[in-house]
Amino acid sequence: MDFNSSEPAAGQALAEQPVAGQTFAAEPVVGPRSEDELPDSATAAVKVVIVGGFGVGKTTLVGAVSEIRPLTTEETMTQAGVGVDDTLGIERKTSTTVAMDFGRISLNKELVLYLFGTPGQQRFWFLWNGLFDGALGAVVLVDTRRLEVSFDVIGRLEERGVPFVVAVNSFPDAPTYPVEELRGALDLPPEVPIVNCDARLRTSSRDVLMTLMHYLHGLAAAGT
Amino acid sequence: MSAAGQEWEDESPERLYVITGGRTGAADTFSLDLVTLIVAKTSPRPGAQPEHAAIMRLCHSPLSVAELSAYLKLPVSVVTVLLGDLLADGRVVARAPVPPAELPDRSLIEAVIHGLQQL
Ligand SMILES: Nc1nc2c(ncn2[C@@H]2O[C@H](COP(=O)(O)OP(=O)(O)OP(=O)(O)O)[C@@H](O)[C@H]2O)c(=O)[nH]1
Ligand SMILES: [Mg+2]
Repeated sequence: MDFNSSEPAAGQALAEQPVAGQTFAAEPVVGPRSEDELPDSATAAVKVVIVGGFGVGKTTLVGAVSEIRPLTTEETMTQAGVGVDDTLGIERKTSTTVAMDFGRISLNKELVLYLFGTPGQQRFWFLWNGLFDGALGAVVLVDTRRLEVSFDVIGRLEERGVPFVVAVNSFPDAPTYPVEELRGALDLPPEVPIVNCDARLRTSSRDVLMTLMHYLHGLAAAGT
Repeated sequence: MSAAGQEWEDESPERLYVITGGRTGAADTFSLDLVTLIVAKTSPRPGAQPEHAAIMRLCHSPLSVAELSAYLKLPVSVVTVLLGDLLADGRVVARAPVPPAELPDRSLIEAVIHGLQQL
């Protein structure tokens, strides 16, 4: 999806918005349900990022394991509008919102794990400053019907030095490949785990995270 | 899969500009991560900016920067600026995430594994 072509009316829509009526105070802020509140003993948090192309099941996986209904954080991207406003002679700026879903798992009284289902287009990752900094690792969700979208994602993670595992999401009409064939197709080193999963199932999604943690544990052990 | 219309939404830059007083990014020395946990230390100052007061109310129990952004319906970059003010005033405290080290600590990974086993 290309921003410029998919949103030709962005500038117009912006101008039509009833900005004056949209003050912050007018919208009541609804916080977490009381059962979703973290105990005061929660002192540390870690994060894992779920990456992959459009519609590969990132949000589904986050929702399957999260203890809270997945939430959405948005970030705005300002960019110069298409064309120049002739009346004013200045370039019109449009601002667009990109959304990212996330969920949460309380691991124990002190430690909380956050899972971020990143936007499908990697060029939006930078909008969230430090999304990958300090992340324990990443899960690359792969749809075998569209393997090619995974190349870019995997390349970006390798560039950033983010350790990751690959989870192959089971769509009914998706071709199945032997793991080693997938490894070759995705050009993955032998140590990177590849697992099958059904992102709709809590246990299956949990097992993917577990695979990542065992992999990270091995890396940590090798590094010391 | 989301259609373009669901993925995208126009946001008023003017509104965000007003909330932050035109500032961008955290002026604070300590940088806030998406998963930094924020806890209120006091009650909101009378006459506080509504966004500041809303953060203080939300943070009576620990809440990550990402969750604050979600509940406030404000971009993380804006929330970070607001939190910079509250941190400078000592109205909230930030519990920094673990572990921005190169390789995660083995005992930390073990704690995560143990936690996931309880799921
Ligand atoms: N059969 C099957 N369907 C799945 C699986 N995971 C996700 N789906 C379905 O695939 C569709 C897309 O899933 P999402 O979780 O929204 O995908 P996403 O990666 O978050 O999509 P975007 O955020 O739009 O990039 C939904 O209709 C899901 O129900 C799976 O493991 N098996
Ligand atoms: Mg999604």
